[in-house]
Amino acid sequence: MKRYSAFAIAREALNYHTGWSRAWASPEPKKRYDVVIIGAGGHGLATAYYLGKNFGITNVAVIEKGWLGGGNTGRNTTIIRSNYLQDPSAAIYEKARSLYEDLSQDINYNVMFSPRGVMMLAQTQHEIRGYQRTAHANALQGVQTEFIGPERVKELVPIIDINGPRYPVLGALWQPRGGTARHDAVAWGYARACSAMGMDIIQQCEVTGVRTENGKVAGVDTTKGAIDCDKLGVVVAGHSGVLAEKAGFRLPLESVALQALVSEPIKPCMDVVVMANTVHGYMSQSDKGEMVIGGGTDGYNNYTQRGSFHHIEETVRALIETFPMISRLKMLRQWGGIVDVTGDRSPILSKTPVEGCFINCGWGTGGFKAIPGSGWGMAELMATGHSPLTEAFSLDRFKEGRFIDESVAAGVAH
Amino acid sequence: MSTRLANQGRLIDRSKPVKFTFNGKSFTGFAGDTLASALLANDQMLVGRSFKYHRPRGIVASGAEEPNALLGLGSGDRFEPNQRATTTELFDGLESASQNHWPSLEYDIGAVNKAFARFLPAGFYYKMFIHPRPFWKHIYEPFIRQSAGLGRAPKDRDADRYEHFYAFTDILVIGGGVAGLLAAKTAAQSGAKVMVLEQTAHWGGRAPVDGGTVNGTAVADYIAILVTELEAMDNVTMRLRCMGAGVYDHGYALGYERVTDHAPSLEGPRHRLWRIRAKQIITATGAIERPLSFAGNDVPGVMLAAAMRDYAVNYGVTPGDKVIVATNNDDAYRTAICLKEMGVDVLRILDARDTGGGELMEQARELGIRIDCGRAIGKVSGGKRVKKVAICAQAGTGAALEEISCDAVAMSGGWSPVVHLWSHCGGKLTWDDSLSQFRPDPNRPPTGADGQGFVVPAGTANGEMHLGEIVSDAVAAGKKATQDAGFKAKRTAAPRGVDTAYAPMEPVWLMPRNAEMELRTKTWLDYQNDVKVSDVQLAAREGYESVEHTKRYTTLGMATDQGKLSNINGLATLANALDAKIPQVGTTTFRPPYTPISMGSIGGEARGEVFQPIRRTPMHDWNEAHGADWEPVGQWRRPYAYVRDGETVHDAVMRETRNVREAVGILDASTLGKIVVKGPDAGRFLDMMYTNMMSNLKPGKCRYGLMCSENGFLIDDGVVARIDDDTWFCHTTTGGAERIHAHMEEWLQTEWWDWKVYVANVTEQFAQIAVVGPKARAVLEKLGGMDVGKDDLPFMEWRDGILGGFDVRIYRISFSGELSYEIAVSASQGQALWNALRSAGDGFGMMPYGTETLHILRAEKGFIMIGDESDGTVIPQDLGLNWAISKKKEDFLGKRAQQRSHMTDPTRWKLVGLETTDGSVLPDGAYAVGEGVNANGQRNMVGRVTSTYYSPNLNKGIAMGLVLNGPDRMGEVLEFPGTDGKIYTATIVDPVFYDKDGEKQNV
Repeated sequence: MKRYSAFAIAREALNYHTGWSRAWASPEPKKRYDVVIIGAGGHGLATAYYLGKNFGITNVAVIEKGWLGGGNTGRNTTIIRSNYLQDPSAAIYEKARSLYEDLSQDINYNVMFSPRGVMMLAQTQHEIRGYQRTAHANALQGVQTEFIGPERVKELVPIIDINGPRYPVLGALWQPRGGTARHDAVAWGYARACSAMGMDIIQQCEVTGVRTENGKVAGVDTTKGAIDCDKLGVVVAGHSGVLAEKAGFRLPLESVALQALVSEPIKPCMDVVVMANTVHGYMSQSDKGEMVIGGGTDGYNNYTQRGSFHHIEETVRALIETFPMISRLKMLRQWGGIVDVTGDRSPILSKTPVEGCFINCGWGTGGFKAIPGSGWGMAELMATGHSPLTEAFSLDRFKEGRFIDESVAAGVAH
Repeated sequence: MSTRLANQGRLIDRSKPVKFTFNGKSFTGFAGDTLASALLANDQMLVGRSFKYHRPRGIVASGAEEPNALLGLGSGDRFEPNQRATTTELFDGLESASQNHWPSLEYDIGAVNKAFARFLPAGFYYKMFIHPRPFWKHIYEPFIRQSAGLGRAPKDRDADRYEHFYAFTDILVIGGGVAGLLAAKTAAQSGAKVMVLEQTAHWGGRAPVDGGTVNGTAVADYIAILVTELEAMDNVTMRLRCMGAGVYDHGYALGYERVTDHAPSLEGPRHRLWRIRAKQIITATGAIERPLSFAGNDVPGVMLAAAMRDYAVNYGVTPGDKVIVATNNDDAYRTAICLKEMGVDVLRILDARDTGGGELMEQARELGIRIDCGRAIGKVSGGKRVKKVAICAQAGTGAALEEISCDAVAMSGGWSPVVHLWSHCGGKLTWDDSLSQFRPDPNRPPTGADGQGFVVPAGTANGEMHLGEIVSDAVAAGKKATQDAGFKAKRTAAPRGVDTAYAPMEPVWLMPRNAEMELRTKTWLDYQNDVKVSDVQLAAREGYESVEHTKRYTTLGMATDQGKLSNINGLATLANALDAKIPQVGTTTFRPPYTPISMGSIGGEARGEVFQPIRRTPMHDWNEAHGADWEPVGQWRRPYAYVRDGETVHDAVMRETRNVREAVGILDASTLGKIVVKGPDAGRFLDMMYTNMMSNLKPGKCRYGLMCSENGFLIDDGVVARIDDDTWFCHTTTGGAERIHAHMEEWLQTEWWDWKVYVANVTEQFAQIAVVGPKARAVLEKLGGMDVGKDDLPFMEWRDGILGGFDVRIYRISFSGELSYEIAVSASQGQALWNALRSAGDGFGMMPYGTETLHILRAEKGFIMIGDESDGTVIPQDLGLNWAISKKKEDFLGKRAQQRSHMTDPTRWKLVGLETTDGSVLPDGAYAVGEGVNANGQRNMVGRVTSTYYSPNLNKGIAMGLVLNGPDRMGEVLEFPGTDGKIYTATIVDPVFYDKDGEKQNV
């Protein structure tokens, strides 16, 4: 694999860039792997990467039904933050955020992690108290956040209207090292790094069945033939329930459409990520200049990757209230993705009733930010059978009532 | 140069000159011009700079597909960036400015990127700017952000207004060209309700420019007749300047009407968003011409052939004096013929096909135009304007055979049907080899709830390229939609359309076919985003093989035109690079909107004060007039405190809190949720909803109840009163009224649908006023009319009666620990009763109090507040409320959940009171720390503050909190690190701080 650098670009420019090789190989599957991961999204690829990097397990295949990074990894609004309230959440999201800090250097692929700061607006007394609570918790969890006043909000985000007629801005929870990253690059970069370690990334390969022997996983049947494995990781976001059924167990999940939209690109006018939970909407500006906007989930279960337009209306309305100037921008594109949501809206990273089969799902509306931490913890769990990062997120918690509910700290966007 | 021709222009009115500005310069156009045609008439070919390399950009198209001519329009609070000049109608005083350059359009420093283009191939930023780490955020990224971004950000609150309309129609026709109009007429003749949307200001689409006859009538006249007929029909709605923006599930469609953009002086909203439900949707959205891929195809002056024809015929403008036409099909000959007939010098037609064209070629030849077959453009030279064209063989690598000086190039690579609206909701495409285009696959339409298709494509949007076929297809589409919508189509023969016959086109994806690398790096696919043939080839080489990968890696088709010009050429290039067939590569997903629509229109009327409804209690205005410091609670406004002159908010709260304990306070409690539950099974139902037993409550009595979710968590509380045998009246929290009502309905409708229970939310039907304090009874007695004494109306009972002449229901309940009456009266009487109580309270020192006093009073008593002591993770047992959980009931919502192991875990944090060791106030939300750290390196926590206040009655800070083994640790001191760096210490105490025996409320 050629290392990426400015020097390499200059060298290749001499040959009109005809010397670049494939970012990742495109092999046919082998008969057997130590580990098979289903799902070549961010979480699946990161799991494979840290299996190799941290545990030396490289006889790994990552199997993808479509094109890698084509699910929610390539559809989200790219926000990275770790200002969560509950200990297990703060731990895994902060692990992820801190790994994002060095990810470009680690995998030699510029994922453009931009710690430009994430701000969650407080627009009611209740929200002020909630965010003050989060700030107190974060301080003890090693997550750098602070509660800031409206003047500081205005200073950081000049286009915000802090004196709106309905919900004036009363303050905000501010995480200065939160930010955004280029979502596709995260998937591509991990894929390239996995491929460089000798792992096989197999696209256009759908898993049609999970084979078990005596309650233990034996392999998978795919559209490219049967593949044996010792351990299986199911990391397929919106379709987790479908895959779990193939493996013979059920998951406490619902799949719903989550929508996002972008404006046409404009010159830089907002350097930080702003989330406004009282009015339901969040916005950041991409490096291309588009305002990237996210909102709520549909109220009914489906797999269409579209969604109801009234959600777009509500989101845009909320953001016009918060940023009046966007009224004169135009919506360029809207899209949807299927997110799987658990009862407590926190993810599942867990062993399953099938020995050797592990599941990573239920990230709901906020999985992108967790990718490196999720992969790190999942790799540890799969390699050693235990990870402090994932322990609280086990499937058992629903039986035990041990929920990890963040709703108090995160209204709409989680 | 580009210039206005002497006598042409079917859409302009030469008698009405219109003044406008471009980059501060004054120009004149005519009424009927678009901004693009007027700029061309003034020889302003250069209109912008591209996104990445800041290359000069000229107008390339004439409609919604334009990727280059994006301008900032207007100024101040009406400024808007990125508007297409080609779809902007000219009006007097229009201000326009080009974008993405500094210091000026002509001399742009950013164009230095052009020189480095070789070092900035597709995806270059993924491979560099990696080291050193801090440089990305501080140096590289700010530079990239600044050089990207196109238009300037608007600054002000939008001065215009927007609105939403709803429409229900049997058949929606999107597109008002000849196909759309004819399909609409066919449908309307059945009696079905029909709505027709046309995005431009004119009916007829391309047909009047391209010519031909229908039933022997010139097509332009035929269209005029069709429009007149349709306008006369009562069941037809016609909207111009209204684009079909998106097609969604279940026949939902968006129409984006630009009501006053073309004439800001008109009354009315700027944009109107139509939310349309249609049984069937006909997409007659036409087709878009494709550019040809040759080196220098992005130089200003290179234009789509049909666009050049549009400018000439519609606006009497020629983009150049000396024009070269390059094509792979017959249609471009029309442009050559049209220009020639208008006196423009057409130097050459380069037809990539070895055998050339058909009848149109003969016509062109007869006009004396030289035609070279099997020839291609090797390269267009020129910086800000086309200067010359190098001609080569299409079959070769680009060796120049000849060079010709010229100032405009018309190109045509064939046509792509506009399949966006067909595809938005899942309609699939099929590849048509003969026309080299994707067209709707009739066997795989978007389907509705019944599994049947609900979109029917018509005309060119359906891949029909000749007038005769367009016309018959339109009638067929009209009939199909009519029948599928449940109407009987009238039996009519399709009219006969005639135009000139075409020779077959030949796909040309690269010009010349084997262009060498040097040329490919100058051959543009996406003009706005600067994606070249070489970039797509690089993506394929590096394994970004999926069309979605290529798109995202190169940014092909991600510009504001969403690839209307570039997508098909791009994926053909990708297919060639992968040695695959185009349909195997497939398209990217078509997403709404068709072209960008204003955020203002999406928001509609709901902005500012009316962003959300403000809910007002009957006493709202009185509160406002008497110093209310408002606090939004849901959509309500509640007074946080009533602030007097010279007071701070804090002063007011202290005064009000003391006054309730010492004399009497009056609270507007109208926002409290009120739900009537009635029916033979109401008691049984409430026993399921509440943890307490409600079925055995006696009429006339009240009981405090708790509600839990299925998972056992506390979700609401409030007092329930039994009214009569089958009627209960449930109070909820202010924020909970709608949620709890919906919660009740959900259970009734999905689980217990056979139970005989009605639930009604009557929150707004009643005003509710709490009179609270030791002198409360005296106030009510002064008002008189009903007995409110200790024995007549005991604590936790209610009575109907007449109080001071008002029909009231009085609940003797207390959220403060004081003697307290909550008086409900019909909402219309609320203010009058409030006034009467205020007058009666005069001699007793009565003061109104707000929500903060309410909170302090309840905290002094250790009463929990939903949302403070509960947060969705707390069960009643955590709060010491076991007494409110019935042991007798077989079941209630949350019962089973509360038996799970974690719920019965003795280490759950439990409610206690907290008092700082120095009397100060604990910070909101602070956590108590224990020893050491957990497995993830986080400090171990042993408790947290849930509510914290300064109590003026106790003269110290008081707090409630949840603490590990709290009730067993009375007197222990905990440490709470503040975010201010201080460590607060607090002692665990009983949560009831005031009147521990509850004597005051029972007097």
